[in-house]
Amino acid sequence: MTEERRTALHACHLRLGARMVSFAGWDMPVQYSSIKEEHRAVRERAGLFDVSHMGQIQLSGRRAIEACEALVTCPVATLGVNRARYGLMLNDEGGCVDDVMLTRIAEDALFLCVNASNVALAREWIESKVGDGVKVEDRSRATSLIAFQGPAAAAVLARLTSADTPLPKRFRVARCEIGGARVLASGTGYTGSPGFEIYTANADAPRLFEAILEEGANEGVLPAGLGARDTLRLEAALPLYGHELDATTSPFEAGLDRFVKPLDSGFIGSAALAERAHESDPRRLVGFEMTGRGIARADYEIMHEGDVVGRVTSGAPSPTLGKSIGLGYVPRSKSEIGQALTILIRGKGVAAEIVETPFG
Amino acid sequence: MADYEFPEELIYTKEDEWVRREGDDVVIGVTDFAQNQLGDIVFVELPEVGTATEAGVPFGTIESVKAVSDLFAPISGEVLSINEALEDNPELVNEACYGEGWLFSLRPSDPSELDRLLDAKAYRASVAERES
Repeated sequence: MTEERRTALHACHLRLGARMVSFAGWDMPVQYSSIKEEHRAVRERAGLFDVSHMGQIQLSGRRAIEACEALVTCPVATLGVNRARYGLMLNDEGGCVDDVMLTRIAEDALFLCVNASNVALAREWIESKVGDGVKVEDRSRATSLIAFQGPAAAAVLARLTSADTPLPKRFRVARCEIGGARVLASGTGYTGSPGFEIYTANADAPRLFEAILEEGANEGVLPAGLGARDTLRLEAALPLYGHELDATTSPFEAGLDRFVKPLDSGFIGSAALAERAHESDPRRLVGFEMTGRGIARADYEIMHEGDVVGRVTSGAPSPTLGKSIGLGYVPRSKSEIGQALTILIRGKGVAAEIVETPFG
Repeated sequence: MADYEFPEELIYTKEDEWVRREGDDVVIGVTDFAQNQLGDIVFVELPEVGTATEAGVPFGTIESVKAVSDLFAPISGEVLSINEALEDNPELVNEACYGEGWLFSLRPSDPSELDRLLDAKAYRASVAERES
């Protein structure tokens, strides 16, 4: 059995009493106190996450921007320096290889933040597709990533940030000095609450993590694990690769149309997407609320009038809303808001209803 | 090992349930170790009153934020009552697993089955073994 990999913050997590879990080959904190408490902390104050297990793949060189343009569904040439944008890498069938956050760091350089479960696959895919004039570097091992999310995050972080290096706005990045460490701060996140993702050298990560917790202690800032990360992103209806997205799902099926540039611009997968547009009743990702008593979970079947019509991709009780919510695929003909569905929970049909997303 | 509470007057199962005798009947719940392992409990599915349980056979489920776990019947018998408070307040199992967080009561069909269960000391040892 291969040993789990550890981030630079592993010892911090153990000191804080985290319950650890194996995720994508990494030993990560799932919770420190309680998932519900950590979730509420992010919604009401701020929570601090170690997401160093995610990958950073950098592309640089004279053809880097051009090569990336073909690689992802979002426009790249128009992404200004020090700006970030969400997109998807598709395969030749129009399915998803990974969803990524692109950050342009120079005229001829950018990096892709990729899912922990996909780092090796993403790197191999990129290397096989980019061609000459592009240097592809996997910077994952050298970098730690700390996410600080919630309405209080900006104020707490500002107190630790040098006045010479102000924090960036949403979807921008800036080189800052925070807690004495030189970092790349990004106005991005995966919780649905405002906040930052901070790229830092491994050697600086533990001190920075602890400095933020200490500075935010009076405001009730909590360390938060992967458990809360999942319930938060679910409330925000953000997709998770391996659940809402996989090699068979197209971005249109997943409701990510606004992250796809015109198909005639010729990116990888665009021809397949054009073909798939002719499907008669394609599946659509919907958000639903349980109206009957029960919790929908990933892979449970979705029924309509006795027939199986789809599958749940993610589901959990929502701490903010006090009800159980979920995401799942159903045929487009059954995807209207208000549509009544039944979720099969351990052999019993429980009522649910399609609602607007984000939830709440 | 963390400081778990295992009251002396109860008997326990290896599936982390406790049993309390009340006359001819028994009351059943999950232990402090179980509620700690599960984390925030968000849903409990209990059998209907009158259902027959069989020792070692799952009869319901207890759900945390992330996972669904089976509940095992410690002994065979008939379900007499269930804790309806858990429908709106499943977190009672975390807060008071031996008191207000009780799950259901049972009329045992074979009281000798109770002799196979563990006392507090033996149960504590079984938890320590699993934690090491």
